[in-house]
Amino acid sequence: MQNKLKSEEIALRIRRRVFEHCIKNNGAYLSQACSSAEQLAWLYNEALNIGDSTMPSIPESFSGVPSINNKKYKTGAGYNGPIANEYDRFIFAPAHYALVAYATLIEVGRLDPAGLSMFNKDGSSVEIIGAEHSPGMEMHNGTLGIGLSTAAGIAYGRKLNKEKGETCVFMSDGELQEGQIWEALQVSVYYKLDNLWAIVDVNEQQVDGAMSDVLDIGDVQKKINAFGAKCIEIDGHDIDAMRQAKKEQHKDQPLIILARTCPYKGMNYLKKRFPRLHYVRFKSEEERSIMNIEISKELGIEPIEY
Amino acid sequence: MIEIVNKPYSYTFKNYASKNKKILCLSGDLTSSCEVDQFRDEFPNQFVSMGMAEQNMMSFAGGLSMSGYIPFIHTFGVFTYRRPYDQLLASIAYPRRKIRIMGFLPGITTPAGMTHQAIEDISVMRTIPNMTVIETGDATEVESICEQANNVDGPVYCRILRGSVPRLFDTPLKIGDIRVLNSGTDILLITSGICTEEALRARSVLIDAGISILHLHVHTFKPFNEEKILDLLTNIKIGVITMENHLVNGGLGTLIAEIISKHGLSKKLMKLGLNDTFAHGGSKQYLTKYYGFDAYALIKSIEKFIGQPLNIEEKDLEQARIENVHSLSKAEAL
Repeated sequence: MQNKLKSEEIALRIRRRVFEHCIKNNGAYLSQACSSAEQLAWLYNEALNIGDSTMPSIPESFSGVPSINNKKYKTGAGYNGPIANEYDRFIFAPAHYALVAYATLIEVGRLDPAGLSMFNKDGSSVEIIGAEHSPGMEMHNGTLGIGLSTAAGIAYGRKLNKEKGETCVFMSDGELQEGQIWEALQVSVYYKLDNLWAIVDVNEQQVDGAMSDVLDIGDVQKKINAFGAKCIEIDGHDIDAMRQAKKEQHKDQPLIILARTCPYKGMNYLKKRFPRLHYVRFKSEEERSIMNIEISKELGIEPIEY
Repeated sequence: MIEIVNKPYSYTFKNYASKNKKILCLSGDLTSSCEVDQFRDEFPNQFVSMGMAEQNMMSFAGGLSMSGYIPFIHTFGVFTYRRPYDQLLASIAYPRRKIRIMGFLPGITTPAGMTHQAIEDISVMRTIPNMTVIETGDATEVESICEQANNVDGPVYCRILRGSVPRLFDTPLKIGDIRVLNSGTDILLITSGICTEEALRARSVLIDAGISILHLHVHTFKPFNEEKILDLLTNIKIGVITMENHLVNGGLGTLIAEIISKHGLSKKLMKLGLNDTFAHGGSKQYLTKYYGFDAYALIKSIEKFIGQPLNIEEKDLEQARIENVHSLSKAEAL
């Protein structure tokens, strides 16, 4: 689905919306918006071949977990359009990026801005860690590492079905520390799943801080290529580079795009918090106020009223 | 003479899955060990080799289910929940995927020791929401497992018997049912899996010794037929004995204890099985004897229960072995 806005503009709007939410709520997964805004804007605005949302633009409240008696249960996949032969299937792996995902859905017209006011509220489906029933989600990815395996299973099934659509995973680099990711790569390469591709937000951050200080994982591109997948590394803020990377031939191989990003891109003032960027909660009213003024300036908006 | 059936799962799965092209046979590098090698050779398009990577296998199966397929996962039971427990929950149980997990080598039915013996699988699986939990106890039950499991709207875990499996029953396994193998009033004996065959070895000797035994065989742990147990428990005079190829905590014995306490019944309960211990490698006969849940252990336990000796020797059971179990199983028509 082509939005009238350019992907670059959508990326800016994602940052603004997540920033506004962070200031108003005194905290958010803010750096994830900085690093992934271009990727998510590009995915929803250009790269993914998906149909119109099948879900209400203002999300329904939580209607219970899946159980044999819960006939009303629905996942949030419908925000990514219907599941159909020709359409792509999108798996959003880093569930803690949920706020950025919701902001993206809003900026591409799949979710009403009012939906975000339900974020992290009791009884809401717009959860802080994206659940299966949260907008844009189709599975619980809060346990990192299961997204790529699941997508590989979907891709395998879709190959058997001779479906046209691809299966795409949005990932983050921290989860590459999980062994399951490498199991998933093994099987995707072995079964030549060239209808599977992933874009990884390589922001080099994890909960405890910079990955290089927590558990450095070395040359990821070399490792993934050695596993037999087609791995391309790009500047994760350069949308043109994404377009080119997606065009790369990867016959009989899954494609993994490593999008190298900066965790304070577009909000340079946030660098003061480095390397504690996983969840930004202001330490003082003063910090909140200064960040509000300085970052608003960078984002080209008036300071947020809160 | 008891009929011994050779590899009932092998032909059962082949016959069933080959007729439903949406079924995919997944194997975690244990294809012949799980008796699906013939299926692999004859129906390669329905076979997905997953290698030794159980975490991926569980989530991958979830993905296959999301694209319209029905994965039957084949590996040793122990490998379906210990290593990939997180994936089992997030990719299979929570979303209620129609995935059929076929767990081989239940309990001590393997000489491969602790790493291969699924001794807490039932306790783990039955506490997982959305999960259906079944254990096969004879060849007839293995023969009905694929169809029964595949009728379930949600994930299913099955304990499967492989190799030479005795035929004890002449009616198929029906999920949610409990088999009544013998009627009686003194002791309610509830057995599952391979323990039912062991109990049958002891039962006629016990009956000859004047003990009236109501014998039940449980194959469905979840959903459990609480009403039927309650109904049968009411008239029992002495107490209840459970015997399971599993830890006595969390499995069959605990399940019965939960029902007894829930309904405030005043019944003594004796639980035979692995008593808060890991096992080691050995034969089934050796291990069930060593850990106290073979036919003779049952007799000794009943002696303790009733407080008097029954004067039954272990050699008396050797003869019991050769009786016609097939006709005994007809007792379930009671």
